[in-house]
Amino acid sequence: MEEEVRLMKGNEAIAHAAIRYGADGYFGYPITPQSEVLETLAELRPWETTGMVVLQAESEVAAINMVYGGAATGKAVMTSSSSPGVSLKQEGISYLAASELPALIVNVMRGGPGLGTIQPSQADYFQATKGGGHGDYHMIVLAPATVQEMTDFVALGFDLAFKYRNPAMILADGIVGQMMEKVVLPPQRPRRTEEELRAQCPWAACGRGDRDHRNVVTSLELDSAKMEENNHRFQRTYRLIEENEIRFKEYYTEDAEYLIVAFGSIARICLKAIEEAREAGIKIGLLRPITLWPFPTAEIARLSKQVRGILTVELNAGQMVEDVRLSAEGRVPVFHFGRMGGMIPNPTEVLEALKNDFPELR
Amino acid sequence: MTPEEIIKPENKVYSRPRLLTENVTHYCPGCSHGVVHRIIAELLDEMGVADKAIGIAPVGCAVFAYNYIDVDWVEAAHGRAPALATAASRLNPDKLVFTYQGDGDLAAIGTAETIHAANRGENIAIIFINNAIYGMTGGQMAPTTLLGMKTATTPYGRTAELNGYPLAITNLLAQLDGTCYVTRQAVHTPASVRKTKAAIKKAFENAMAKKGTSVVEVVGTCSSGWKMTPAQSNDWMAEHMFEKYPLGDLKNED
Repeated sequence: MEEEVRLMKGNEAIAHAAIRYGADGYFGYPITPQSEVLETLAELRPWETTGMVVLQAESEVAAINMVYGGAATGKAVMTSSSSPGVSLKQEGISYLAASELPALIVNVMRGGPGLGTIQPSQADYFQATKGGGHGDYHMIVLAPATVQEMTDFVALGFDLAFKYRNPAMILADGIVGQMMEKVVLPPQRPRRTEEELRAQCPWAACGRGDRDHRNVVTSLELDSAKMEENNHRFQRTYRLIEENEIRFKEYYTEDAEYLIVAFGSIARICLKAIEEAREAGIKIGLLRPITLWPFPTAEIARLSKQVRGILTVELNAGQMVEDVRLSAEGRVPVFHFGRMGGMIPNPTEVLEALKNDFPELR
Repeated sequence: MTPEEIIKPENKVYSRPRLLTENVTHYCPGCSHGVVHRIIAELLDEMGVADKAIGIAPVGCAVFAYNYIDVDWVEAAHGRAPALATAASRLNPDKLVFTYQGDGDLAAIGTAETIHAANRGENIAIIFINNAIYGMTGGQMAPTTLLGMKTATTPYGRTAELNGYPLAITNLLAQLDGTCYVTRQAVHTPASVRKTKAAIKKAFENAMAKKGTSVVEVVGTCSSGWKMTPAQSNDWMAEHMFEKYPLGDLKNED
């Protein structure tokens, strides 16, 4: 398959991108608003073309453990779900991180807590960036704002996951999952051969073959001194990821007097608000973190020395705002504006929130 | 004859299987796990599939199975081994994928994964050790604990009113269209060891031949958990366990 320009939903783009990346397997369970990922894969039948395995599991728990089993053999495997389902996957994600396995997990967030709503949300920021499951670990978390980024982050997520032997997550929301946009699909990449896999993943438990030793993939270590050393190794990996992989995008920050920080599709609503404000002479800039972990702390710290105040806009009760406050280190006031339960703010509301927090803008 | 005259390769009748590592096992004296490990190590070698084997270890006493059998292993979360095996097998169709699970792992916390993997007919072998107790955590009630049996969490004996009935999950698995071979064996006598070895061999052959899911339940002992000597445990097992868990094939689609 060559490069192709198409109009499609973000969820559909994930499926197309996975096949074109040369992914080896997808294991999922239906849940709104992301079921189109599994549906699209089933319709495209990649097992007949690239040989990619697609399986509807009996539960989210089984799906993430299939990902664990597949990743342990060195395969490029993924799952997708939405918030309540991703809660069920936390056990498996913790095991993936502890076993230093690459995998891609997509969360198309919906409103919670509990069964919540099927409408868009960003209320899983804490869960995605602070660990989520048990133990000290981090996923690499990518936040797409467009259908194009839904596509591109499949390859980026897999590449980073394999580079650092660590699970990566695409933390999308129901808006970018469900809306249709123009997207450029990349050309088909071949799946790795067994020889390529063995060279890339000498740790993989894929059968001994000619190896002179067995490979064991496990997260268990009862010797506390060794388990602490394992933890130190994980932390060294996380520091390396923080050094190398922070990604963000800035809009109108050169002369900004106020800063909005927003991720995912909400950043696009904020950008519209900023453009409206600039027409009225109010100089606002936008920082859109693309990696939510590692977080662009240094860049926000730098901007906090330039602006008079910061507003975070999120579809939650105030989660990323904590990381923004830690980055600003009290230099300027940092406020939060959020909608919850599946409600989405419009640009006027965002601007009003900013003016409420900074009355000098009125 | 002197010992030197007797110790010759042609007279050798017993040795450590090549694939059984020299690690000292953590199993208690009399435990059935050691015998089943040995059978698996022998078979993987005899069948010439050690280079193709991927074992999925459980949580429970056999959590360290990967330290003892010298093939590739993945250590699963509690009960999830059949889900791991599903993916490992589908993504590596030319490999021999087997799980090794205890009764708590397979018949309690992993019931859903077990039933659905078997119902999909995954081309895997499931080796299921049923000793009617949670050994690793100190002898608590298992789904397979017999009525009246005393454990750390049924100190007055299991009652149906409080704890429900012992679960013969292998009978259930035999009902599923995805299973091709379901059998219940034991390893308490030389004859039963030979039968179990034949059963596991068949399960491995079925997995390689992609015939569907094979389940080999091995009714085993837990001397420490049962608070008996190894000899007493074998007698008690034959006297009590086989009534609820009778030995023999439950399904055999040749």
